[in-house]
Amino acid sequence: MHEWALAESIITTALDVAKKEHLKTITQVTIHIGELQQIEREIFTFALKESAALYPKKFPKISFQLKTEKSTLQCNSCLHEWAFQDMKKKLNEDTSEAIHFIPEVIFVHTRCPTCGSPDFSIKKGRGVTVSSIKGTR
Amino acid sequence: MEARTSVITKRLSGVHRIIAVASGKGGVGKSMVASTLALHLASQGKKVGLLDLDFYGPSCHVILGVHDAAPVEEKGLLPPMVHDIRFMSLVFFTQDKPAPLRGEDISNVILEILAITQWGPLDYLIIDMPPGLGEETLDLIRYIKRLEFVIVTTPSQVSMSAVKKLLLLLQDLKAPVLGVIENMNMHPSTMVQKEVKALKLPYRGSLSFDSQLENALGDADQLVRTPFMNQLAGVSKKLSF
Repeated sequence: MHEWALAESIITTALDVAKKEHLKTITQVTIHIGELQQIEREIFTFALKESAALYPKKFPKISFQLKTEKSTLQCNSCLHEWAFQDMKKKLNEDTSEAIHFIPEVIFVHTRCPTCGSPDFSIKKGRGVTVSSIKGTR
Repeated sequence: MEARTSVITKRLSGVHRIIAVASGKGGVGKSMVASTLALHLASQGKKVGLLDLDFYGPSCHVILGVHDAAPVEEKGLLPPMVHDIRFMSLVFFTQDKPAPLRGEDISNVILEILAITQWGPLDYLIIDMPPGLGEETLDLIRYIKRLEFVIVTTPSQVSMSAVKKLLLLLQDLKAPVLGVIENMNMHPSTMVQKEVKALKLPYRGSLSFDSQLENALGDADQLVRTPFMNQLAGVSKKLSF
């Protein structure tokens, strides 16, 4: 997923929670990012700060904690497990970018490295979640 | 807390109406109706988007003859303009290879596409739905509160049997159904009209089987000159588009 689009999602989520929890300001947002999203941390952090700056009263002094979840993929045919990083080097730029935007197209462009099956599962390392928000009332 | 759902409403805030073209059955011509409806509305000067959500058998790019088009990165993805339609499809990311996706994966793809696509101001966003009653239908109703449905069937008892299930589900989910369109009509029949009226839903008309359509695929200029397109314009009026 594109860093800027993702940053906007995070800020929108934080604002929704602040509204529900009656938070006057938001001081910290902890974000878990799956490795498959292939987020460029520097760009993402910059995008988060720029997106938060649009709401100075809600985010007067914000800290973003980013935690990456390593990926685990498992073949449903032979049960072999592997990490996305193991196969990333073999992907061309177009394929890598496609997975960056829509991680689930990994099923389109890659196969189990052991048996070649297209039937595998993403056990860990997908998605983006806001795991906690801290603020003041 | 899933971070992508909250931004979907924002992404669609500039879209006046969001229309899902759906059916309980495959092969009834949903993609053809969705694509040509988008072409027709664009020809009327409307700002139109077309989203192909049939991940297993995407067809809108084939019907419209989409070549060398790709989304542009701009704080998300800007769908390319194709025949005056903003067009988005998973095919931009799959290089037209098969996409073997399981349930949770489908839901994640829908979330990603809805969360990252910058549609901008549109009069209509037409969504080409996959056949059936699965994740795509349920997820879209969950994420897009103002989604409206146009249902396509053929005058076949087999199609109508599957379509009835979708119509009943949509009624249970309180999803607005703008009407049912009968496609590929080859003989006079009132079967579909009677079945739809029995469900107290609007029947919006019939599209005859058009033998010129296959040769017009991929050529938008030829498509708009087919008898099918002429009939679709009439149905579009009945749908108050």
